[in-house]
Amino acid sequence: MSETIVTEPGQEPPGGPAVGKRMIEIDSHSINFGPQHPAAHGVLRLILEMDGEVVERADPHIGLLHRGTEKLMEYRTYIQSVPYFDRLDYVSPMCQEHSYVLAIEKLVGLEVAERGQWIRTLFAEITRVLNHLLNVTTYALDVGAITPSLWGFEEREKLMEFYEAASGARLHANYYRPGGVNRDLPAGLEERIAAWTEPFLKFVDDLETLLSGNRIWKQRTVDIGVMSAEDALAWGFTGPCLRASGVAWDLRRSQPYDKYSEIEFNVPVGRNGDCYDRYLIRLAEMRESVSIIRQCLAKMKPGPVKTLDRKFTPPRRSEMKRSMEALIHHFKLYTEGFHVPAGATYMATESPKGEFGVYLVADGTNRPYRCKIRSTGFAFLQATDVLAKRHMLADTVAIIGSLDVVFGEIDR
Amino acid sequence: MGEITTTPAPVAMPRAEALAALRADVATIPGVQQVTIELGEVVARARADAIVPIATILRDDPRFRFEQMMDLCGVDWPERPERFEVVYNLLSVSRNQRVRVIVSTDEATPVPSIWTVWPVATWWEREAWDLFGIVFSGQPDLRRILTDYGFDGHPLRKDFPLTGFVEVRYDEDRKSVVNEPVRLTQDWRTFDFMSPWEGITTLPGDEKVHLERQLPPPASPPPLPPKG
Repeated sequence: MSETIVTEPGQEPPGGPAVGKRMIEIDSHSINFGPQHPAAHGVLRLILEMDGEVVERADPHIGLLHRGTEKLMEYRTYIQSVPYFDRLDYVSPMCQEHSYVLAIEKLVGLEVAERGQWIRTLFAEITRVLNHLLNVTTYALDVGAITPSLWGFEEREKLMEFYEAASGARLHANYYRPGGVNRDLPAGLEERIAAWTEPFLKFVDDLETLLSGNRIWKQRTVDIGVMSAEDALAWGFTGPCLRASGVAWDLRRSQPYDKYSEIEFNVPVGRNGDCYDRYLIRLAEMRESVSIIRQCLAKMKPGPVKTLDRKFTPPRRSEMKRSMEALIHHFKLYTEGFHVPAGATYMATESPKGEFGVYLVADGTNRPYRCKIRSTGFAFLQATDVLAKRHMLADTVAIIGSLDVVFGEIDR
Repeated sequence: MGEITTTPAPVAMPRAEALAALRADVATIPGVQQVTIELGEVVARARADAIVPIATILRDDPRFRFEQMMDLCGVDWPERPERFEVVYNLLSVSRNQRVRVIVSTDEATPVPSIWTVWPVATWWEREAWDLFGIVFSGQPDLRRILTDYGFDGHPLRKDFPLTGFVEVRYDEDRKSVVNEPVRLTQDWRTFDFMSPWEGITTLPGDEKVHLERQLPPPASPPPLPPKG
């Protein structure tokens, strides 16, 4: 920081200005935070107008990761667009696909296979744990705790192995399909996931021991970036950030999709809306997710994982080698895709970060006419100005960490 | 500090009659032209100049209480006289309902900004300005948001090509980032799959077949060739 130190003339000793005698003038100035800054959680450029070390105004500049996803999707068939959703919020890929496939299913009126819905619910929760693990631990890293991230990434690796077993990819899954999921879980995966749940709960306890009572952690997060319930609603907060402010709102509960209506779970709600509560909510949600995962595993039954309607689901490869009809369906699906009747829908799901919505406008062709992606972090990041006002510069880092922003989805 | 309570109490989903009631209520707001239920979602079409009072009523009236503006986006329909639709997706947390308000505008006519009703609208309006060129009046911060500094054009318009007009690269000789017109090594190909069974009607050198196809068919069908 640039502070002008003015000492009275003739008083300056050789070792520096004398303590107690000096007059300090601190000028207001603006600094540039990011876009290449490890605590910016991606390519965030934050112009901070400072008064000394206190933030007066924060102006986030986004768009450095803008890839024109919405434009590209207008030139792809509906199935070809699914992988774009993995690359939006690359920390919770399957949850974004979820909104998109649900929107297509709603427009088409497609029936979804029972087991497919269970698998989607199961993996949505695995994704939630995956996301919260990354957020809580890197957030702790931002404010100075290194151990949680080292532990957390080990657990994330196990979850990514489940991803890989199911979809073939650790991150960019491309697993959900209109009508179900791409393929069934491999043999033994359900048991492996079930075996993972028990030690993981122990891990969450350990994580909590490291952080929740930690004095430094609490000094850095308690009463920092407080958002009242009214403000949180007005600023478009959703998900854990809204619940931390005391609004009991969860789309899984209030507007259930897939199998959430058949599952019992609690919705953690905070009270103060500060950075600490946002952390606590995520911790509690991980435990709830484990409970949902167990219920999914218990209730899943063998069966088809995607709709058997050949106009939407490609045939099995072995079938394609023998049946002419299957070959035609395969060819048509992968060149032309399917046509979606004209209409528009806004489909939102509870992604780990909050409400992830897809506003899909179809015009009867095989490509979306317009697909608006309502990304969660976009609203959060806009509120950094309100949240960081009159906070210290270091608190800005804690605030950004607690908001759980990922630039893949903000910049789209 | 730091107490987390859990709520197991479910909020009931809006049933069909709740949707119908919401539709009837929204239709009474002045400025709303038409309210329909599409795929279980209440969609209101409204006059663009009345959007601020409509938004205020939707937020404050106890019949609606749409505390949250979830999304604002533009849609481009170039063939319409008012080519842009501005779509507002609202959510009521207390009543567990959603409504979609759609207004239309053209390139020149501004839509009143609703950032005074929901402050979150600022960035979405900046985005709609950036990507579509929709102007919002009363919005103090109408800068570009997603595209590059100094970008020209509005990329989500239907007449904006997918490849854009300018490509950016780092020039090693000049030691700087340069903007150049896009050069495509191959023509941009796009297929519409609207009529999958008809390709090109006349192949080069095949015009005679095409001409014969235009002639009236013979009076009686020609006899089938003998089998065998």
